Amino acid sequence: MSSKQLVIEGVARTFGEVEVFRGLSLEVARGEFVAVVGPSGCGKTTLLNLLSGFDKPTSGSVTCRGAVRMVYQHGGLFPWLTVAQNISMGLRHVKSEAERARQMTEMLRLIRLENFADHYPRQLSGGMRQRVELARALAGETDILLLDEPFSALDYLTRLRMRRDLAHLLRERPRTVMLVTHDIEEAAQLADRVVVLSERPAQIRCELRLQASRPRDLTHPEVVEATHRILSELGLEHDTENALANV
Amino acid sequence: MNVTTVGKTRFLPLLVALIAVGLWWTLSALRVFPESLFPSPPAVAKGFVEEIQTGRLLNDVIASLFRVATGFVLAVALGVPLGLWLGHRAGARAALLPAINFFRNLSPLAWIPFAILWFGIGDVPAIFLIFMASFFPVVLATIASVASIPAVYFRVARDYGYHSTELLTQVTLPAIAPQVITALRVTAGLAWVVVVAAEMIAGRDGLGFAIWDARNGLRMDLLVVGMIVIGIIGVVIDRLLVQLMKIENVRWGYEQ
Repeated sequence: MSSKQLVIEGVARTFGEVEVFRGLSLEVARGEFVAVVGPSGCGKTTLLNLLSGFDKPTSGSVTCRGAVRMVYQHGGLFPWLTVAQNISMGLRHVKSEAERARQMTEMLRLIRLENFADHYPRQLSGGMRQRVELARALAGETDILLLDEPFSALDYLTRLRMRRDLAHLLRERPRTVMLVTHDIEEAAQLADRVVVLSERPAQIRCELRLQASRPRDLTHPEVVEATHRILSELGLEHDTENALANV
Repeated sequence: MNVTTVGKTRFLPLLVALIAVGLWWTLSALRVFPESLFPSPPAVAKGFVEEIQTGRLLNDVIASLFRVATGFVLAVALGVPLGLWLGHRAGARAALLPAINFFRNLSPLAWIPFAILWFGIGDVPAIFLIFMASFFPVVLATIASVASIPAVYFRVARDYGYHSTELLTQVTLPAIAPQVITALRVTAGLAWVVVVAAEMIAGRDGLGFAIWDARNGLRMDLLVVGMIVIGIIGVVIDRLLVQLMKIENVRWGYEQ
């Protein structure tokens, strides 16, 4: 079996006159965590749509080897289902009821919501809701996790906690992950590789590899350096000092 | 809800009712209108007892409720599936929506002559009129509810391998339930209004007929009895439908 779980080969995607991608190629290895950053409107979400099968490329090919699940920016939980019922969507294929119950307990423990199994999404905070989304996506036999700016609707402190929670979940349940984000810190803290896309038609501007284990501290030299580099690649050098001062 | 709020929600409506009865009593005592045209509360109470003792009130209530229930249930049973189908089919929606809007804007009472000619006098014309009054609003409300389901729900369902039946039963129906229940409350009120009007013209019993009969016999006390009972039953029907809004996995639609 190939170690490449996601393969994008020479993909072009146009919407009428708008050319989003032209000859985009990218491979993601099994178990790798790739973050994609780039200017607003460069086609990050289109990339996830292509990978999830929701959209088709105009030309080129997209190959996903394994079961794909996506975590959306917000509103992906079904509001008429409880936390446990939402997570159980991810366990639909598990035949044994006992096994489903065991995995459910395990997922609730992992996201520290054991006491909220019977709560509805409206009764949870934004961070708790995103943890449930992650648990649902990670439950069962998911191979590839696509994250579409999953924490962007949260406040800064909650985002920091969520990064730690995601790193923890992935340590317990390793998966191939592609994260699309506007948040450069998030990409640098979580990803094994950060792919920086150019303006439309988007092409890979540069790729950065990070070695330190997750969760990485914001002040970790590798994170600081990657943040600096990504900002430079995006032509935001003049903001770099401010950004680093905040870090 | 704390004790003070509960007290307010129960006590204040009672207070308003008492004030209304007081005003009514005062106006009748002042003889602003003749007693024969403006019955006093004691006269209405006496008429109420008379209607109960003869058993007519109960018969009329049952007749009206039967007609409303039948017409309304038929309208919901056919209107919700049609609304679901049209909600998912843009082409069919474009074709049928103008016609549905056309019929929605026709007063159901305009159908009374046809109802009598087609179905005669009795239950069927009233049921037909209630159906015509309820069906089109239910269809439109269901179409609007389906159209407002966030696309992300269907994407999530697709990600988790829901097949078409599951999409309907586990995504579409729960997603539209809050809006449809609200529409049912409005439509049930409309159906109750229409049954009274229908029975006045095409009935031989029922609360509408009772009011018409009281008017013909110049029994304004019985007419007011009919009005009060109609109002109370309308409120009770609404309260019953409000209970649907309290179902745990529907409440999200009213709390967001």
